[in-house]
Amino acid sequence: MAYDKFTVLSSTAVPLPIENVDTDQIIPARFLKATKREGFDENLFRDWRYNPDNTPKQDFVLNNPIYTGKILVGGRNFGSGSSREHAAWAIYDYGFRCVVSSFFADIFKNNSMNIGILPVTVSEGFLHQIFTAIENDPNTLIEINLDAQTIILVATGEKETFDINGYKKHNLMNGFDDIDFLHNIKSEITAFAENSPY
Amino acid sequence: MSNKPQTLFDKVWDAHVVKQVADGPDVLFIDRHFIHEVTSPVAFLGLKNRNVDVMFPEKTFATADHNTPTINQHLPVADVLSANQLRALEENSAKYGISHWGLGNPKNGIVHVVGPENGITLPGMTIVCGDSHTSTHGAFGCIAFGIGTSEVEMVLASQCIMQPKPKKMRINVHGSMGKGVTPKDVVLYIISKLTAAGATGYFVEFAGPVFESMSMEGRMTVCNMSIEMGARGGMIAPDETTFNYIKGREKAPKGEAWDNSLAYWKTLKTEEGSVFDVEYNYDGADIEPMITYGTNPGMGMGISQRIPTAEGMESGKVSYEKSLNYMGFDEDQPMLGKKIDYVFIGSCTNGRIEDFRAFASIVKGRKKADNVTAWVVPGSHIVEQQIKDEGILDILTEAGFELRQPGCSACLAMNDDKIPVGKYAVSTSNRNFEGRQGPGARTLLASPLVAAAAAVTGIITDPRTLIG
Repeated sequence: MAYDKFTVLSSTAVPLPIENVDTDQIIPARFLKATKREGFDENLFRDWRYNPDNTPKQDFVLNNPIYTGKILVGGRNFGSGSSREHAAWAIYDYGFRCVVSSFFADIFKNNSMNIGILPVTVSEGFLHQIFTAIENDPNTLIEINLDAQTIILVATGEKETFDINGYKKHNLMNGFDDIDFLHNIKSEITAFAENSPY
Repeated sequence: MSNKPQTLFDKVWDAHVVKQVADGPDVLFIDRHFIHEVTSPVAFLGLKNRNVDVMFPEKTFATADHNTPTINQHLPVADVLSANQLRALEENSAKYGISHWGLGNPKNGIVHVVGPENGITLPGMTIVCGDSHTSTHGAFGCIAFGIGTSEVEMVLASQCIMQPKPKKMRINVHGSMGKGVTPKDVVLYIISKLTAAGATGYFVEFAGPVFESMSMEGRMTVCNMSIEMGARGGMIAPDETTFNYIKGREKAPKGEAWDNSLAYWKTLKTEEGSVFDVEYNYDGADIEPMITYGTNPGMGMGISQRIPTAEGMESGKVSYEKSLNYMGFDEDQPMLGKKIDYVFIGSCTNGRIEDFRAFASIVKGRKKADNVTAWVVPGSHIVEQQIKDEGILDILTEAGFELRQPGCSACLAMNDDKIPVGKYAVSTSNRNFEGRQGPGARTLLASPLVAAAAAVTGIITDPRTLIG
């Protein structure tokens, strides 16, 4: 599915300073019954966001109008658990383009990059700085430059660089995906398969 | 090729690299692809939109499991959305010529149970599925891991996925397992030591006498939960136990093909002197029956211990307290003696015949506690039949338990098997996340023996006190 190209993102951010946010929290299994990719954003963080009677939980950050933006900042080990890409879809469709954390679970990280979300891994210290900055001023602007691989707290100029491999960076900046790449090496795959023992 | 000693993981990985992308991932050829109803529909839509065919339909196998009822499977599925997903799987499989074991098919069951029991899973393969517990198949010396739906589409379209090669970890457990200790306890112990993120970025090899002495069922339980320590997957070198398990299974090689395969499979082990990025050593004697007390699988403890205190924790205090608060527990409390409400035995972690044998060994001659609702769910129809053939069903029935029909069931509670708000469930499944088994449900992960001990006493009980 096509996604928006990612180059430079300058936005306020939504803080979620909780560790081990697993994909069952991001989207509970009972909302995985669709056969199309639609409506998952409505159930993003469903059980943290809504009471059982579907009224919003006032103390949850997505229900607090002072926090907005295209960047979600999460605690350590974000996206652990199930491989459900629905978690990444829910985050993207809600309007986030970037998730920042000090540590991501592997599958979630892959899923994110495959659908156009940039996962930015920062140091524990810088993550703490970001949370503090947002706590002090919810309008804190964060700039993420994929080409330069930098994340900057705009007001103070504090910044870090982050890692991403050149292939994925190129894909995200151009809106490509892996199937485009694999399609172009089909003859190599066919040749490989002919020698497969299975 | 260098003469550097190679690990099992390197041998299998390197044998599947179609191409290396500069400053990028490896293109990895996939031998077996399992699909199920929940994570495949959008992948098939993607194929349709791109007007791309399935490249090797004979390498993909479909089974319905995540979202199926565990009673009255002969009736039409009442939930409209679930029924839609099941129909989509059936129609997509038919359209592209993919093997499909739907509801009612005698081969149907949980994907990670039916793959091995039908000989689809073989040593040295690369195996993927849109399900994180695909790591289960690593028990056969496979590189097996969970993928997202975009990757499911990728494998359907190209039989490949693009993955950076993970780092290597070896976990050795020496000695042997004590009384009442099962493979589930061994893996819960390891996760409690490493934490739920301790192996992220790594592929794990489990090695040493404790794993060597395990049955294939036990090894599958261990590899199944590799993902719960964050690992991409876990694997165990194939040996005589592996070969004996596979021989004669429906899709396993036969005759000359068997001999050739066996010769290759015997080479699949880590060579002396191989180097791992990180290595851990544990002793089987230190492991007792385990139970979790929190909301991630790393929050586990020996059943006779007390819940750890947050004191001295460098970070994560807030998350820790949030977790205990959700569970309704306090620091420094014992777990033994706590009243429980539900027991679930089943899932891709502990839904195989050996698990029901263990469960029945404690249940035999006892009665289900009145305060406990128990869901006994086999991993497949083949397991269900074994339960009947071995007389386990009679033991269960005599003790007041009912056997349900195969499926993922209360492990992720997509169907009606949901634990109610605030209730405590001792569960042989793999995740104790908030709401995993139903909104507000409180999950205590444990082995089939601990689950059985809780089911007959109504409280958390050390199974060693019930074993003769």
